Amino acid sequence: MFGFGILTGLTFLPLVGVAFLLTQKGDDPSTLRNIRWATLLTTFATFALSLVAWTRFDATSAAFQLVEEHPWFGSGLVYKLGVDGFSMPFVMLTTFLMPFAILASWESVEKRVKEYMIAFLVLETLMIGVFCALDLVLFYLFFEGGLIPMFLIIGIWGGKRRVYASFKFFLYTLVGSLLMLIAILAMYGHAGTTDIATLLKTDFPKDMQYWLWLAFFASFAVKMPMWPVHTWLPDAHVEAPTAGSVILAAILLKMGGYGFLRFSLPMFPDASAHFAPLVYAMSVIAIVYTSLVALVQEDIKKLIAYSSVAHMGFVTMGLFTLNPQGIQGALFLMISHGFVSGALFLCVGVIYDRMHTREIAAYGGLVNRMPIYAFVFMVFTMANVGLPGTAGFVGEFLSLLGAFEANSWVALIATSGVIFSAAYALYLYRRVIFGELEKANLKDIADLTPREIAIFAPLVLLTIYYGVQPDPILNTTAASVDHLIQSHTALLDAVKLAAASH
Amino acid sequence: MVLLTELFQHFLPETILSVGVFVLLIIGAWRGERGFGLVDEMTVGLLGLAILSIVLSTKPDMAMLNGAFMDDGFSRFMKVLALIGAMASVIMSVDYLQRTGLEKFEYPLLIILSTLGMMLLISADNLISLYLGLELMSLALYVLAAFAREDGYASEAGLKYFVLGALSSGMMLYGSSLLYGFAGTVSFSGIAQAVAGSTSLGVVFGLVFLLAGLAFKMSAAPFHMWTPDVYQGAPTPVTAFFASAAKMAAVAITARVVMTAFPGATQQWRQIIVFLAIASTLLGSFAAIGQTNIKRLMAYSSIGHMGFALIGLAAANESGLRGVALYLAVYLVMTLGSFAAILSMRVDGKAVEDISDLAGLSRTNGLMAFFLAMLMFSLAGIPPLAGFFAKYYVLLAAVDAGLYPLAIIGVLASAVAAFYYLRVVKVMYFDDPAPEFDAAPFALRAILAISTIALLVFWVYPTPVMDAASAAAKSLL
Repeated sequence: MFGFGILTGLTFLPLVGVAFLLTQKGDDPSTLRNIRWATLLTTFATFALSLVAWTRFDATSAAFQLVEEHPWFGSGLVYKLGVDGFSMPFVMLTTFLMPFAILASWESVEKRVKEYMIAFLVLETLMIGVFCALDLVLFYLFFEGGLIPMFLIIGIWGGKRRVYASFKFFLYTLVGSLLMLIAILAMYGHAGTTDIATLLKTDFPKDMQYWLWLAFFASFAVKMPMWPVHTWLPDAHVEAPTAGSVILAAILLKMGGYGFLRFSLPMFPDASAHFAPLVYAMSVIAIVYTSLVALVQEDIKKLIAYSSVAHMGFVTMGLFTLNPQGIQGALFLMISHGFVSGALFLCVGVIYDRMHTREIAAYGGLVNRMPIYAFVFMVFTMANVGLPGTAGFVGEFLSLLGAFEANSWVALIATSGVIFSAAYALYLYRRVIFGELEKANLKDIADLTPREIAIFAPLVLLTIYYGVQPDPILNTTAASVDHLIQSHTALLDAVKLAAASH
Repeated sequence: MVLLTELFQHFLPETILSVGVFVLLIIGAWRGERGFGLVDEMTVGLLGLAILSIVLSTKPDMAMLNGAFMDDGFSRFMKVLALIGAMASVIMSVDYLQRTGLEKFEYPLLIILSTLGMMLLISADNLISLYLGLELMSLALYVLAAFAREDGYASEAGLKYFVLGALSSGMMLYGSSLLYGFAGTVSFSGIAQAVAGSTSLGVVFGLVFLLAGLAFKMSAAPFHMWTPDVYQGAPTPVTAFFASAAKMAAVAITARVVMTAFPGATQQWRQIIVFLAIASTLLGSFAAIGQTNIKRLMAYSSIGHMGFALIGLAAANESGLRGVALYLAVYLVMTLGSFAAILSMRVDGKAVEDISDLAGLSRTNGLMAFFLAMLMFSLAGIPPLAGFFAKYYVLLAAVDAGLYPLAIIGVLASAVAAFYYLRVVKVMYFDDPAPEFDAAPFALRAILAISTIALLVFWVYPTPVMDAASAAAKSLL
């Protein structure tokens, strides 16, 4: 339509919903109902459209597909969208999880519903845009633009320390990204274009690669987040409303990993090889240290936030092993962590909506009153631990496998993280779910409502399905991963040859 | 005679304003106190006419009056910006002046005279016309700053501005005389020829004094001291005029001087510009953090933004000038929008200026809060708002020119600046409501809405502005 393709439609469809919401005035129940349903339908429509895009996507090819290109700023900047095996799964993850985020806020958000829904739909546009953009500046535009709605979501609808958390989130991410912006400008100066496909084929001088890599790393490491710049995440998670935490954990964090895959690894192969030990070190510290920190948390959301940091440690470790198992595992882990951690935050949201506290000590013995909830929470806890048969296992196993191949010491330390994760996750589960139901105010807590069951059922099924049948995801990413590794080794070999011939 | 009409065509916008100002003076003197409304409306018309005469002009670039006056793409671009700033300031001031009993017909006349000075300044092609334009602009601005003469703050602002302005004029004259002495000519192209081979110490001295004087007008640190007090003390619409139109002229002439008169001394003037840029961006970011008055906040913000514009100029090439032109255009729109919002801040008929007065605005006036929040995000340079692209292009030029430290200091300063812009958003969105504002007049709401929407959708269709900025940059080289 109008010369634009399906990805433009996918990216900007949520804004159509925003346009409708803007026409809604007033606070009466029927208007609020309209607003909620319109938002939900918009996210469903976006998901449906993404399924269409999915059917048109050829997973056997590593090339960019569904590409569309239009002149934009004239001087080197183009409006170019496209997807490949790295970005398609994330687009699907985004569109798939958005309806859950909206459903999770169905009743818990009471003030300023319209603005809330608008913020989420704008955020969806920006998130899809990040994964579809094939122009570096366009990518940056979506990447940074996402800060605005998330800042407002945390700051307006968040908990007690929301102002602190929202500022910390915004400024941490901004500082990292601005350094990336300088690197983008330098790349433009060198290559004369910001087209990602061209930049992937550009050979950057080795010295320049190091600086560029570090600048990109500053941005993605904060976004990921990696130790020691992870401290914004627990604050942001704890203060954000449930749906905000879900989107933050499930999608915004993945932009860091996606960035490594899209830019750092293929564009700066020498620097990636050079800095891999640094990434390994930071990853294993993240895995061990944040797991231990998670063990002593009193706040459920904070515990899950630290567990996210630990899991992202597995991801960065896997990515920089630069072998197929490691990268496939990291990708799989990002996707599975997307819906597992999202679901865990939804689980916290369920009891938070009832009791309005996230203190672990305020709960106990929930299994007596909430058997369905106990089951759902168990599935996701197990997936978070990485129990075989759940989606969490495949990714962790593959990335550890890759790490063993690359550096067995790293793998050895990282494996201990799996044990720690079992410790903190099971300890949390025991304190919240098992035991006697002693607290008076928990006596008449109600089990999941049909709306909540409808939210959790698909997530539970997918967690188990991908646990026993990981092929759909692995096959999607396989071609792109192979391509990445081939070109990477080719480039490194070329460098070695050149060095030898001198 | 052919020559005269030819000349006249190039002078058309200036002629419109200078003839218009005399006609309006007579109308004002004849109608006395009652003349304000008519004169004000006609002023808007005159400024609009001047804009049209520039936009619709198809004449080739030409230097006139023995090189005293230059009509080129760069001057046309900057003049349009200055005129837009002046026109919006006049439109925004009506309500304010009527409420404060300042509805005197001299006000719009002074704005026209000052704007005329800016246009001469922008087109100045030798040191004499530079000084004439600058003084015409400044003298009118001194009076405007003290226009609310009953008000102590305004008088203080006017006096302070005058004294420091006179000092800066003196420095500039001293620099000019040194340049004349060493180069033997006042014309920019002549100076360029004289300094082409080797740059003598005297020329460098002259350059330093000249740039120091111009930095006063741009309010670039360390010559910024007058800015916060004058911004706060002057009547708010006058502040809007200072922050928008006057800045355009000052940066434009600085760019013209360094690019056309000193292309052979790039190394020398670049050091000065880089220093001004670093000092301004850092001061603009850090000093604004503690401000509680929104006009003072905007003063520091404008210092920081001037620093950013100078980052583009420091690149000393076409892409840098394009960055400067785009930056000024975007900065103009952001400034006008912000001041429209500040002028709308009235509780029970009384103007309020504290950031805390904006508390909870999202609940009392959601639309205004949204617009102001978007302006703040744009000032902070967050994409997809236009403020990001403005920063992008100046940084691009700086990185291209190899000025990495400058670019990195610039972005880090802008991250610090983001903190205080976010604080305004925080006050409006996260805090509990303060007393509700009165309904703003239509003119203010319209300017606020138009400027914010322009910033929001700039990325959808940037071509016209980008083309104009590129053409302006090209014509200066």
